Amino acid sequence: MSKIEEGLLYKESHEWVKVDGNVAIIGVSDFAQSEMGDITYVDMPDIDDEIAAGDDFGALESVKTSSELVAPVSGKVIARNDELEDKPELINEDAYAAWIIKVEMSDKSELDALLNAAAYAEIAK
Amino acid sequence: MDNSLKTTCLHDLHVELGAKMSPFAGFDMPIQYSGIIDEHNAVRHAVGVFDVSHMGEIFISGPDAESFVNHIFTNDVRGMAPGSILYGMMLYPDGGTVDDLLVYKEKEDRHFLLVVNASNIEKDYTWMLEQAEGFDVRIDNRSAEWGQIAVQGPEAEKAVCEVLGLPEAAPLGFYTFCDCVRDGKRVIVSRTGYTGEDGFEIYASPEQTQAYWRALMAAGVKPCGLGCRDTLRFEAGLPLYGDELTADISPVMAGLGMFCKLDKPGFIGREALVAQKAEGVARKLVGIELADKAVPRHGYPVELEDGTEVGVVTTGYHSISLEKSICFALVDSAHAALGTPLRIRIRKNTFPGVVVKKRFYQTNYKK
Repeated sequence: MSKIEEGLLYKESHEWVKVDGNVAIIGVSDFAQSEMGDITYVDMPDIDDEIAAGDDFGALESVKTSSELVAPVSGKVIARNDELEDKPELINEDAYAAWIIKVEMSDKSELDALLNAAAYAEIAK
Repeated sequence: MDNSLKTTCLHDLHVELGAKMSPFAGFDMPIQYSGIIDEHNAVRHAVGVFDVSHMGEIFISGPDAESFVNHIFTNDVRGMAPGSILYGMMLYPDGGTVDDLLVYKEKEDRHFLLVVNASNIEKDYTWMLEQAEGFDVRIDNRSAEWGQIAVQGPEAEKAVCEVLGLPEAAPLGFYTFCDCVRDGKRVIVSRTGYTGEDGFEIYASPEQTQAYWRALMAAGVKPCGLGCRDTLRFEAGLPLYGDELTADISPVMAGLGMFCKLDKPGFIGREALVAQKAEGVARKLVGIELADKAVPRHGYPVELEDGTEVGVVTTGYHSISLEKSICFALVDSAHAALGTPLRIRIRKNTFPGVVVKKRFYQTNYKK
């Protein structure tokens, strides 16, 4: 049974968002890391890249598969978790601590399209 | 689980162990237990066990058994010593590959065991029957009656001798086998594998196979799934039917010409291979090593510096043992020489690489 953290918003494609004012902190869910197995590489966008909700902004690679990361919101990348470059396994260890990017949102109303923990729990099983 | 899937005799034990199960070759198979990296490293540095009961066992016997096997098989089985094993392929007349397989020469005169890929059992069996016209042979597909486990790694001999009580395994050389009898039933122990390490493949009844599996679990031998079976065989430069060998990829293209004895009496596909050797092939299988950690996957395009597409990745990983991104790719022969710079398109970017030898990992077979 995978862990679903309360208080976060989720996208059907298994990304999570933690809202901090106008900033969206984005990662992937415990369900996603468990489905993928050992994560070996995180393909991340650069700082200042613009990402658009629904588009790929990077990818996770595990030994066996790769999985695209889909942006839950639109905006500008203001930070990325460079620790994942050398330690992608941090996502396996704690998917909610190992954030991937932080985005300055251009349209906070996009958050309304995301799922709360209870709704996401219906998908992540 | 999809009810149309077949199961091996060890299926319930995998589920009990909490394996991640997935369809493979029509079987519901374990992909991983503790994790691909952990299982991979167990085989490289200690010992692991795989359920390979899905593999096919086809027995060939009769007065013409030797000439028939030699007719459908690329390697030369004439004069094989009883207890020896040869690797090779079955080919279509155009040189495309029907399957790659092991041929075991049995103790009894004119008896062979052919071990084929799970995904190809029906196709191979039908192919053999179709080619048997004019040969006095019996072709017996016994795949469903045999369980098979692969015990692989530097500590495999100890596990097979001591945990499984099969000391007959110890004196075996690489690519030889022996027959044992346990509980009145035949057990075949062969020093073979698909990992690049020393190890054994053990063929037994379903009940005996279950007992062996339980004994290995009790002794702490790591259960290994198909996930690391693929990473291990890939690093060792071994092809997988469906990726590096197909109906469109001949052994000459795949760099497996050494297993095709063109000087033996005619075999199906021989003329095509002779022509391919003489005229050269359009594409060849190569190894490519990337500078970056991005992972090349099956189907990704291989390009020249100027963006011209010259090939396609057949298998790729961020190698667990070598800690770099490597792949097999089928590329135009003009760009297949060692040292050739090539790029691989991975999602939106291309990444630089260079052609290297396909045996990425130094294998550790028993001499």
